[in-house]
Amino acid sequence: MIGKELGTNAPNTWCPGCGNFSILNAMKAVLAELSEGAPDLARTVLVAGIGCHGKIADYINVNSFYSIHGRATPAAEGIKIGDPGLRVICHSGDGDAYGEGLEHLIFAAKRNVDMTMIVHDNRVYGLTTGQYTPTSPLGFKGRSTPAGSIESPINPLALMLTSGATFVARGYSHGIENLKDIFRAAIAHPGFSFIDILQVCVTFFNQYEDYTARTYALENHDASDFDAAVKRAREWDYNSTDARIPLGVFYRHDAPVFEVNPADVGHKPAETRAELDKLLAQYR
Amino acid sequence: MSTVKAITGDVAVAEAMRSIEPDVVGVYPITPQTIIVEAYAEYVARGEVQTEFVPAESEHSAISICVGAAAAGARTMTCTSSQGLALMWEVLPIASGMRLPIVMFDVNRAISAPINIHCDHSDTMGARDTGWLQIYSENAQEAYDNFIQAVRIAEHPDVQLPTMVMMDGFVISHAIQRVEVLDDAVVKKFVGERKADYPLLDIDNPVTWGSFDGLGGWFMEFKKDQMQAIENAKQVSLDVAKEYAKISGREYGLFESYKMDDADYAIIVINSTAGTAKTVVDTLREKGVKAGLIKIRMYRPFPASEIVAALNNCKAVAVMDRVPGYVDIGGPLFEDVQVACYQEGVNIPLVNYIYGLGGRDILTSHIESVYSDLETIAKTGKVASPVNYLGIKE
Ligand SMILES: Cc1ncc(C[n+]2csc(CCOP(=O)(O)OP(=O)(O)O)c2C)c(N)n1
Ligand code: SF4
Ligand SMILES: [Mg+2]
Repeated sequence: MIGKELGTNAPNTWCPGCGNFSILNAMKAVLAELSEGAPDLARTVLVAGIGCHGKIADYINVNSFYSIHGRATPAAEGIKIGDPGLRVICHSGDGDAYGEGLEHLIFAAKRNVDMTMIVHDNRVYGLTTGQYTPTSPLGFKGRSTPAGSIESPINPLALMLTSGATFVARGYSHGIENLKDIFRAAIAHPGFSFIDILQVCVTFFNQYEDYTARTYALENHDASDFDAAVKRAREWDYNSTDARIPLGVFYRHDAPVFEVNPADVGHKPAETRAELDKLLAQYR
Repeated sequence: MSTVKAITGDVAVAEAMRSIEPDVVGVYPITPQTIIVEAYAEYVARGEVQTEFVPAESEHSAISICVGAAAAGARTMTCTSSQGLALMWEVLPIASGMRLPIVMFDVNRAISAPINIHCDHSDTMGARDTGWLQIYSENAQEAYDNFIQAVRIAEHPDVQLPTMVMMDGFVISHAIQRVEVLDDAVVKKFVGERKADYPLLDIDNPVTWGSFDGLGGWFMEFKKDQMQAIENAKQVSLDVAKEYAKISGREYGLFESYKMDDADYAIIVINSTAGTAKTVVDTLREKGVKAGLIKIRMYRPFPASEIVAALNNCKAVAVMDRVPGYVDIGGPLFEDVQVACYQEGVNIPLVNYIYGLGGRDILTSHIESVYSDLETIAKTGKVASPVNYLGIKE
């Protein structure tokens, strides 16, 4: 299966120049590679949140699940836990994943559910036409904050690292090869793989020139070193306008995943039952 | 004293809010309510209002912020739609149980799934028994008028309950209409200042809100009081309407009776479809058919005996629900009307129509078919099918 065949007949309604296009193309290309040699992508499920980003589910011809705003993450967790044999890729937005449904993101990372979490971080609510989000900079003049937001942004990478995510990366929507590399690595990683993509929203927060000038590929970085990862993640706080912005895989670490046999993580129901029966027998 | 403006329903609500100038507004954007949030944010940014405006991270937070602010003694407002109201649901009975007179505007939109941004009443009908008062509006003018009056009704000492006011998504929220907007000073005088009984900010008289009261406590008495307060809202809303008529020239009842005095056939309907149906009533009247219409304004409390009295001389009545009932005895309004008729010992043939789900168009031809069904029912004395769908694709 090649990238083109993964397309659908759904008319694309993203604005011309939207960063979502390169995310779509990179994902289609990587899925096409993954399907080589395999009969089809029937065991891949794409989960989407509600927002401009969510429409990606309409544009890729694999099984897909539209959740409700804020609940993309737990829906994806449920799908993976319900059938651990599935490859689950979740596309969410900064409003969806960092605002409306933030608690789920922390718990999916903490549990280390084996799924790929891709946040299209345009730092604005695109679909509802331009309000501030948890990653909008201080002073952001959006439609709900015309005088400028009075809140500082969160740093989603630092948050995910401290929440226990076992794979943490940052991409940029203008660099398709860089996105493909990250997607391949994230999908291959067993555990919760988190990717924050700086996705340019040309209509409501066009950061194209700024990002292009400030982003650079992480190098001389040991992705197995947690402290180094936190340090690199904090190079840019999603607010400052001069810090350089590293891209790539910040952290990768192997840990038991949630949906494997619970006996593997010390919980042994059969033995517990036997002990309980023995105890109860004394009172019969 | 008032200005005529050509504005959408959403802007009309924002105008009302600007004049009321609540102390605290907690909100989260959702189509088709978003324009209210944005317009109000502009008023705040321009310094036209002194409101503490919190664009929250979710609706659950927005309504919780309102609960906290209202308990502190502030006059508090929010607005939402559809999934937003669904996400607030956990907190709705907290607001009513704590007797916090928060005023909310809900722009009616269908509940998912499948996802749909257009109008039906499944959002607020799902919240109809959360202890909030519910007031529905046919058009932008009514939305504006009802929202202002809701403040007085909610905060009245005999009521002290949160109140939600509704209008239809897109059909009204996004359509430009003629709206008479009162001067800010007139509205401010009308709503006055909120006087909270036990505000948390009264540091000389510390209080605890929402505490556990145990099995031997007063929970049931408390709930009975709450029910009484809901009932009180009927008279209070009529009194407030009289006062509002003095400043606006427009007076509202619990519901509107349109050509009901001698009606043989009546339709009971909520929100904008009343406008479409009134046109049909007029056409039928020209042909000599005695058609009439009842448009619900106050849905909680439900004016049961008053509606039955208005229907008493009808030969057949159709109840229109813009929400799937999910039970084969019909939609929520139909259930309420049936129970009301039974309680009052009135036995008129009643028939239910489910219509307009997810924004499906409702045409005058659909309404005409309903009146013609009513004529058949009256003639045969039989309701062949109690629950029916209008405008369904075969
Ligand atoms: C409970 C709920 N509240 C609000 C909305 C309205 N809504 C739809 S998308 C969206 C924001 C989307 O922002 P983001 O997740 O950043 O996605 P983007 O459009 O930027 O891709 C909002 C507020 C909704 N659908 N459901
Ligand atoms: S509004 Fe922004 S995010 Fe949405 S499609 Fe347009 S450019 Fe893309
Ligand atoms: Mg976004």
